[in-house]
Order: sequence, then C-alpha cells, then structure tokens
Amino acid sequence: MARAVVTVPPRAKRGEIVEIKTLAQHAMETGFRRTQTGELIPRDIIRSFSCSYNGVEVCRVELHPAIAANPLIAFTTVATESGTLQFRWVGDNGYTVTEIAPIKVE
Amino acid sequence: MSPRLLLLAFFVVARAWAGEIAPEQRRSGYEMMSRETQKIQDDDATNPGMLWVLDGEALWKRKAGAADRACADCHQSMRGVAARYPAFDPARGRPVTLEQRINSCRVDHQKAPPLPYESKELLALSAYVARQSRGLPIEPKIEARTKPFLDSGREAFHRRQGQLNLSCSQCHDDNWGKKLAGSVIPQAHPTGYPIYRLEWQNLGSLGRRLRNCVFGIRAQVPELGSDELVDLELYLMWRARGMKIEAPGVRP
Repeated sequence: MARAVVTVPPRAKRGEIVEIKTLAQHAMETGFRRTQTGELIPRDIIRSFSCSYNGVEVCRVELHPAIAANPLIAFTTVATESGTLQFRWVGDNGYTVTEIAPIKVE
Repeated sequence: MSPRLLLLAFFVVARAWAGEIAPEQRRSGYEMMSRETQKIQDDDATNPGMLWVLDGEALWKRKAGAADRACADCHQSMRGVAARYPAFDPARGRPVTLEQRINSCRVDHQKAPPLPYESKELLALSAYVARQSRGLPIEPKIEARTKPFLDSGREAFHRRQGQLNLSCSQCHDDNWGKKLAGSVIPQAHPTGYPIYRLEWQNLGSLGRRLRNCVFGIRAQVPELGSDELVDLELYLMWRARGMKIEAPGVRP
C-alpha cells in the first residue's frame, strides 16, 4: 500500500495565497541502519516530490536520507485560476505515487 | 476509638490513596507535549496516523478468508467500541484487547489466518476502529468476571520489578510532570492508541508501548498479547475512565 493524502482548500479567491499539505506513507529507510545480525538495510527513500498547478510546476522538493518517515510537505501557492493540482512522489525501488486535487477559484 | 486504632485506620486509608491520581488532576499525555506535536495530532491533514486509518478503512471493506466476507458485511458503525476494550471474551474466559478481538473475528468468522501483532494490517484495522471513538469517554466494563483481571493489572502496575526495581506507579503516579532524561513523565493514560510515535517513525499499539517501558526498567519483557500485558492494559483503561479517546494520537 502506497498511500498519500493531500489537503487543498476546495475553493479560493483569485490572488489568494493557499496552503497545501501533503502526507506520503513511506518508511524512508536511510540505508545507514543495520539489522541485529549486522547486515546493512538497503536505502529506500522518496527522492523527489513535485506539484504542478494546471501543468505549471509550483513546488519541487528533493528528499534525502535524513528526512523522517511519512514525510509531511506543506507549501503555499497563489490561487490563479480554477483547475487541478497534480502531485507526484518518486522514490527508490520504483516508488511512484500520483494524486490529483481540484481547486475552484472565484 | 483508641488513638492506636485511629492511627491504624489512618494508615489503611493512606495506603489505599497512596499514588492514585485524583480524577480532576488527570492529564492526557497530549497536554504535556509540545505545541508543535499537538498541532500534528489535531489536524487530520498532518496526523500520520490517518494514513493507517485510511488503510484500515480499505481493509475493512475488503473480503478476506475462506468465508469471503469483509468486516463491513457484518459490522456497521464501530463508534464507542475502542472505548470499551479490553473487554471480556466468554470464549477465552478473560478480557481481550481490541487487536485480539479483531483477530478472533478474522479466524472465527472470516476463516482467515490471524494477523501478526504490530503488523501494518492489524494496526490499520485497529486505528480505523479506534478513530471512530474519538472524543468519547473511555469506559471499560468492570463486572464480577473482569474484576480479578483488573486486580491483577493493578498489582502489576504497583509491583516493583526489574534491575532498576521500579514500579509503573513510582513514575506515573508519584512523579508525573517531572523529567526523565529530558522527557516529561506522563501519567500513562492510554487515550490515543494506537499512537504514531515520532520516536518510532511508525504507528504502534499500547502493548508495544508497555513493552518499551518494561524494557526501560530492565525487567523481563512480556510477549505481545500476553495475559500480563492485557491485564495491565485493562487497569490502565480503568484508571483513565472518563477521559476522552484521541486516536490516532501523536506522541514524541
């Protein structure tokens, strides 16, 4: 199960600054830990996150091994027009999650 | 009454009171954590426990086992259920935790193998059930048949154990609010289980948390789901009766 939750205000005024919160379910295994028998646990992290607003990228994040599990990424953008926000997380071992959220600007 | 008898009566009463936190002084661990951590818990958009709740909701509706039945095929709302556990199970003749109840339902009615303790699936299902009791008061049913298990849990809570020779009560009744290695000692009320503990980077059950504490006092750590842990859980829920469920809680 690879789950992500995004929270976008469903409606906003034109020009308003809106806060967007995203939460992705991921263990963010650093690649530095070892098992009790001394074997290295291979790295398994989310490497990048991006959000595009009607096709225009408004946020991009690079993630590294020191970032906590289930990373919460919150950012703001300016509500320009009605449409959709597309979110994409990409990580090790073929991890890809895409979420879409609509926004209504009036 | 002779002075000697009066003194004896005083000691008996004082002994019964010793340690127990007065109802109006009880505080959830929530109130003792930082404002930042409180905000993570308060908002479903930031509470990582909600990821398990959503997984649990999906599992709840999925058919499983030889009976090819989903939880949702029999059960409607589970509001208030988590507030009553551990509850007496006549088949086992003793109280069982919510996790054990979910598993016996799986085995008996879904004809599916039980889920391992602390597995993602079992945590997800218990988080989904517990979330439905958020805001409701904890009220385990104490009756004649559950009383011996409650007493055994109370005894465990007050028993000194381990290399450090400490009882649960010495920290959580007598010294709550003070600090242990930089962290505030809470009163140990199980209001938010299963909790997302930032230290674990994961969701965990009350059993896991109790094992943590027992390991900390360097005592023999009981198995998950063992009678000893379940009795202790029952006592802790009784001790927190009337306090509000916060599940899924976030703790440092």
